[in-house]
Parts: sequence; structure tokens; C-alpha cells
Amino acid sequence: MRIDPKVSQRIMVTVLSLATGLALVILFFIIIFILSKGIPVLNWKFLSTFPSKMGKAGGILPTIAGTFILTLVALVFAVPLGVGAAIYLAEYIREGKTTKIVRFGADCLAGIPSIIFGLFGFILFVVILKMGWSILSGGLTLAFMVLPTIIRTSEEAVKSVPYSWREVSLSLGATKWETIRKVVLPNAVPGILTGIILSVGRSIGETAAIIFTAGSSLRLPTSLFDSVRTMSVHFYILSREGISMKNAYGTAAVLVILILAINLAAYWILHRFTKRNT
Amino acid sequence: MNAIEVKNLSLHYGSFQALKNVNVQFQEKMITALIGPSGCGKSTLLRCLNRMNDLIEGVKITGVVNFRDINIYAPGTDVVELRRHVGMVFQRPNPFPLSVFDNVAYGLRVHQEMKKIQLSAIVERSLQATGLWDDLKDKLSETATELPLYQQQLLCITRLIAIEPKVILMDEPCSALDPIATAKIEELMLELKKKYTIVIVTHNMQQAARVSDYSGFMLMGELIEFNKTGRIFTNPDDKRTQDYITGRFG
Repeated sequence: MRIDPKVSQRIMVTVLSLATGLALVILFFIIIFILSKGIPVLNWKFLSTFPSKMGKAGGILPTIAGTFILTLVALVFAVPLGVGAAIYLAEYIREGKTTKIVRFGADCLAGIPSIIFGLFGFILFVVILKMGWSILSGGLTLAFMVLPTIIRTSEEAVKSVPYSWREVSLSLGATKWETIRKVVLPNAVPGILTGIILSVGRSIGETAAIIFTAGSSLRLPTSLFDSVRTMSVHFYILSREGISMKNAYGTAAVLVILILAINLAAYWILHRFTKRNT
Repeated sequence: MNAIEVKNLSLHYGSFQALKNVNVQFQEKMITALIGPSGCGKSTLLRCLNRMNDLIEGVKITGVVNFRDINIYAPGTDVVELRRHVGMVFQRPNPFPLSVFDNVAYGLRVHQEMKKIQLSAIVERSLQATGLWDDLKDKLSETATELPLYQQQLLCITRLIAIEPKVILMDEPCSALDPIATAKIEELMLELKKKYTIVIVTHNMQQAARVSDYSGFMLMGELIEFNKTGRIFTNPDDKRTQDYITGRFG
């Protein structure tokens, strides 16, 4: 029996809108759940003081610092490397075996579970290179982890700059590098930023790879060779070891708010850039 | 005087031969038009003159193109330097998504360090030369891609003459423009030829007849006939030229 197309049309609209609605409901449920449990804990003291009794009492100041410094170190390594590789792939070598291999490698790398990166970072940086559990070990591991994302998004961004602009720049007697610097990169910035922001989100949320490489010290770091604990790791330890669910939710709320803020900022930046460029 | 001399130029895209043994001379401070049906190789020939075809994969070029008596296809040619002297205006207006000022200043900034005052003077002079100054003098900081299309194309010409090339190559510069704008560009070309050698590729035969001093008719990669424009359009030697300009094909 054939279903009346009008009926199937209405059924499908209903099903699809329900799917969208459900996705939204789940998202909001998670956010509201975390915030409702976490926000009562939040106050200035929670953000600005050191934890005591392993985190059962006190604030989360060192974990906020740890999160920021670790993410920053990861970006310092990953952004120049990733954007550089992307420019090379998109501009300097012709489409062929090399580009395919690099791209395939990057895609595989992006799919590797973070705990494997953690193990790798542990063996290479912590043990072999004797950097210990430190910001440097953790930052480098995170950098490796987000590198594929940065390469692929930057490559797409560089490629999306219209060919006619490169052509006219070259025809005006600019060299290839001048063309890249003055025409291609400025117009690829929104796309490159997107990749960086995705990477920041991943770094902030990472737990497994960081426990392996940056440790979980609750002190405020004074050098790159100090161990740190990020908010995600703090949350994991507080809840896993049953130290304080209350403070775990407080930490989670800070994390969620931070991620939301980063995404909002990203949207705002992208919006501004694209408006200027089109 | 010859500005550019082309000798036995052939070009292959892979196995397809797009130019077949072309010989032609472009006279200094004259406008030369290249006409012919789509796919005849006229744009390809034009792009050989500043080596823009180098950017395309799988292109093989043989023959000689002399610019100021030096073969630009000789090994060791400084292509960047060549393109300073042989510039190009493209089919679609393609200003950068920068301000009007920065567009005109683009080539200047690439080529040398310049004081802002000096830069402003050249930008103004160039905009005056293309007749844009009065319209745009209060809009120098506006984004060029938001200008009307014909102003964008005039701006592209301005951006080019700011670096004072010797030769201007125009690849169907009016095909995106309406007749009034086209007339403006043609008027400008006649003004520019006092200083520059111009080679224009056009689909529009009337345009070639109106503006050019010399015309070349191309077909299937060959330069069939090259002569004074008056001669080509009134009394061509070759029957194929005759058939094309009278509209029998094309």
C-alpha cells in the first residue's frame, strides 16, 4: 500500500522537528542540570582561593590557572605548526600523493582516543625526555592532539580564499609569499580562528591525556616544569574519589560557562570578520 | 616600435594544443585587439605575455616572447619583475576586500617602502587618471568590494596604473559591465594609450573596431590575420576573418 505523499510529508516534518527538538532538550537539560547544582556553590571566594583538604573545601583557583596555562602552551605550539603546515599544503605543493597522505594522516590522528595521546605523551615527554609531569609535557601532548584539527580547518580556510585575488596580486608583481601574507591569510583568519577555538574547547575539556602528562598538583605553577591540575581533572578527581560532589558541580559549572563564553566569543568574532569581508 | 614581439609561440594544456605557432608584434603606445570566437586561444595568448599561464598545471610553452628585446621565457627570467611592467586587468572586477585606498596602494606597497604622503599623492594621481577621484575622494576608506561594479573595474585599472607598468593586458574588461560603463572604460583606454601599450581581448567586435589600432583575428589557436584595425574590419585578406566579422560564425 502506498502512503499518501501528503501524509508522509506531514509525518516526516513531525519526526524531523521532534529530532531537532529532542537534541535541544538534551542540551538544555545538561546545561541546566549542571548550572542548577553548580551555581549555588559559585562565588568570588570559590574562584579566587586555594582548595583545602584535597578539594573538599576551599576554592579552585589553581585549577583555573592550570586550565588556562595548559591551553595556552598547547596553542603556542600547535597554531604556528598547524597553520604553517596548512599554508604549505594549500599553497606550495600541488595536489597529489603527498597532500593525500598528509590529509589522511591528519584525519587518522584526529580520530585517535585522547587517552592514547596521553600514553604517548607520558612515554615521550614525561619519561624519555625527562620533563616529568609538567605544563610542558601536558601542553605538548595537547598540541599534538589538536594539531590535526588546526591543520584541516586552516587548510580549508586558506583554500576558500578566491583564486582571483591571488591571481591579481601576482599579476601586480607581488611574490607568492607577499600574496599569502597580504591577501590569503587576512581573508582566511575567520576559518583559522574557528579551528583554534575548536581546539581550545577540546583542550579545556580534556582529562585523560592531562592526568598522564601534566599530573594533578594543586599548587599554583611557577615554571613550565611544574605539574598542574586543570578544572576537568579536578572535577574528575573530586567526583571519582567521592571527595566533594558539591565542589565538583561548582567546577563543572565554571567549565560549562567558560565553554559557552568561548563559543559566543567565537561567533561574535566570525560574524564581525565575515561581515567586513563580503 | 615593438613593445612585445611574439615568435613561434605554441602552448599545450596536456595533450591539447591551445596556441599554434603564433607570430605577432604589439606596437608601443597602441591598442591592439585580439578577437575570435570562444576557445580560439586569445585569452591564452594574452596570458602568455606576463606569464600568468605559469600558474596553471600541465601547461607547456615553446617559442619566444620578447619584451624590451629580452625573451621572457628564457630560463632565469624574474617573473615578479616582469609582471611589474606587464600588468593585467581581468574579466570580472576583482578588487581586494580592502579599502579603496589600500587597493590602489597594494602594488606600491609591495614594491617599495614609501612614506604615507608619497603614497597618498600617487593614489590620488592614479585615481585622477582613471577619472575616479571626484567620485571616490570622500570614500577612500570604504570597502572597495561594495562599490558599483563599473567603479570596481575602474579601480582595478587604477590599482594597476599606480605601479606604472609599460604594458596593460586587458582580458575582456567590459564583459561584466553595461554599455554606459563600457563606454567609460573605452574612453579611458584611449586616454591611457598615450602612456601605455594596451593589448585587449574582446568578444565584442564593435569594441575592437572602436578602440583598437591593430587587430588580430584568432581561430583554433592560430593567429589567422593581423593588421591595422581599419583593414581587418573593412577589407580582410582571409576569408575566415571575413566570415567572422560579418557574423557568419562565432
